[in-house]
Amino acid sequence: MKSIGVLMTCPMHKYLEQQLETHFNLFKLWHCNSSITEFLKTHQGNTIRAVVGDTNIGVDAELIASFPNLEIVASYSVGLDKIDLRKCEEKGIRVANTPDVLTDDVADLAIGLILGVLRRICASDVYVRIGKWKDADFGLATKFSGKSVGIVGLGRIGTAIAKRAEAFGCSISYFSRSQKPFANYKFYSNIIDLATSCQILIVACALTEETRHIIDREVIDALGPKGILINIGRGAHVDETELVSALLEGRLGGAGLDVYENEPEVPEELLGLGNVVLQPHVGSDTVETSDAMADLVISNLKAHFSNKPLLTPVI
Amino acid sequence: MADQEEEQDNTGDQNHKPQDLPQVLILKPPPVLSVIGEESFLSNKYQFLKAWESPLPLHQFLTAHAGSIQAILCSGASPVTDDLLQLLPSVRLVVTASAGTNHIDLEACHRRGISVTNAGNVFSDDGADAAVGLLIDVLRKITASDRYVRQGLWVSEGDYPLGSKFQLRGKRVGIVGLGGIGLEIAKRLEALGCNVLYTSRKKKTFLSYPFYSDVCQLAAHSDALIICCALTDQTRHMIDKDVFSALGKEGVIVNVGRGAIVDEKEMVRCLVHGEIAGAGLDVFENEPDVPKELFELDNVVLSPHRAVFTPESFMALCELVVGNLEAFFSNKPLLSPVMDV
Repeated sequence: MKSIGVLMTCPMHKYLEQQLETHFNLFKLWHCNSSITEFLKTHQGNTIRAVVGDTNIGVDAELIASFPNLEIVASYSVGLDKIDLRKCEEKGIRVANTPDVLTDDVADLAIGLILGVLRRICASDVYVRIGKWKDADFGLATKFSGKSVGIVGLGRIGTAIAKRAEAFGCSISYFSRSQKPFANYKFYSNIIDLATSCQILIVACALTEETRHIIDREVIDALGPKGILINIGRGAHVDETELVSALLEGRLGGAGLDVYENEPEVPEELLGLGNVVLQPHVGSDTVETSDAMADLVISNLKAHFSNKPLLTPVI
Repeated sequence: MADQEEEQDNTGDQNHKPQDLPQVLILKPPPVLSVIGEESFLSNKYQFLKAWESPLPLHQFLTAHAGSIQAILCSGASPVTDDLLQLLPSVRLVVTASAGTNHIDLEACHRRGISVTNAGNVFSDDGADAAVGLLIDVLRKITASDRYVRQGLWVSEGDYPLGSKFQLRGKRVGIVGLGGIGLEIAKRLEALGCNVLYTSRKKKTFLSYPFYSDVCQLAAHSDALIICCALTDQTRHMIDKDVFSALGKEGVIVNVGRGAIVDEKEMVRCLVHGEIAGAGLDVFENEPDVPKELFELDNVVLSPHRAVFTPESFMALCELVVGNLEAFFSNKPLLSPVMDV
């Protein structure tokens, strides 16, 4: 397999890079300014038989068209929004992702964000470090246990979040494309109703054309001044401009965000707020999970090139 | 006859003139009283005697009112010592607006036949939430990453460096003190996929978590320690050099108990030298002073003793304080006795 050309779209994880280099003939797109055009000036397009992409740089129609021998896309992510799935299907290109191995970490982060916002853990730390503990009263945080939690998208991650929130005595409800028969939680067929009914709204669904800006002004207003929004999905799930103005105007109580519409740019207005917690898209960035994701990418590639079934196929 | 008419002319409560109500001494207002407001604590069964409002020197004030003070409402900021009790021979009850009782001379209370009540379980959920929040934060570097974003480093430096954030699943978490708060912590940790271990004064036979009678042994088998026990003579500086050594370079500590349970100087030294991997701290030996060395560290999360400061907990605490006082003055059983004499 050492001769098989694999293109990595951007630096994701050193360990993954090393593994790809060991097993395949690895090409790094960022050595060509992350430009396909520039890559093709010095490399033959037909050498690439596999692409490893992630949430930053995925696999779009241009890339697919540039590599006529492309057989498989192995994404270092569970999210598929950066992959032109229709084109892949059309061309018979296999697609694999990294589900399950990152479910716990993302769910843990959602809980961590809720506690960070409601219990003001991050804001308190700032307060202590600048020596304000002696000076002024900081004000109360808000209890998490027992609050009502609404989950948008009850897939693997949504379910994992629900199980955790239950241990905190929370009531769980959800909005999904369809009701889940196995789920013992209250189902809302309308996201406004979900937002109205809960105090903590968590975005945990996939990004598709239907879910783009699913959290809009109406939903935010329904969540209200005592509500908080947690986004561990994709930045594009939320109308970011509306989110910012709602927070500034006090129409929304707070937010915990791991993703943004235009990463790594975070709206400047959020940087000064004490009722938000901001993470730089780290949902699955633990040592253990990053390695597990990398191993899964490698395993899928090896399986494909050995004519064995993919471990985690999407297409 | 004349006396009775005089009494009936009073516009106050027919049953108790204000001066007849038993007095509850408050030396300094507990945080819950200041935050919620005195109105929520009022009752027709007792009245507050607020020492801080008097111009008299304390000793004189106490001596003047000693005869009518039957109870004391206190918190960490206003300790109840044997000397204080000596001045107040009519006291039969001490109510503390806290879970901790380390600021009360329990032995003296027992000797004098004085009952003590505390915050019971009103803080258990919030205390557990804070402890778990700090643990997640330390392992996943949530506050440090938040700082990274706010300082503009995501844009200028790229992604937060991998390699210093760890999964919760499968971590062995040793709980020091499996009381009300400890049990709630355990429940939450289980949902996060952690393996719960504990040490306590006594093994809890109804639980299947592995028990260690020695805190060093617990630390040796744990990836993280959560301190949520009471501060007593036995637990003072219980988390010492040996425990940190047993916990090891990859271990983290969370403290929502009392600062003095930990040898703070030793802990700071271990953190600065990388002999333990991180800490989430809500309490310190000398609040509000926090060792300055900790401000330089990215693997430490600092909280200003707020683990249970939510409006919900405070309302519940208010009800419990009033409930205990009213029960006492109605000769009914105390709601949350620590020592019922």
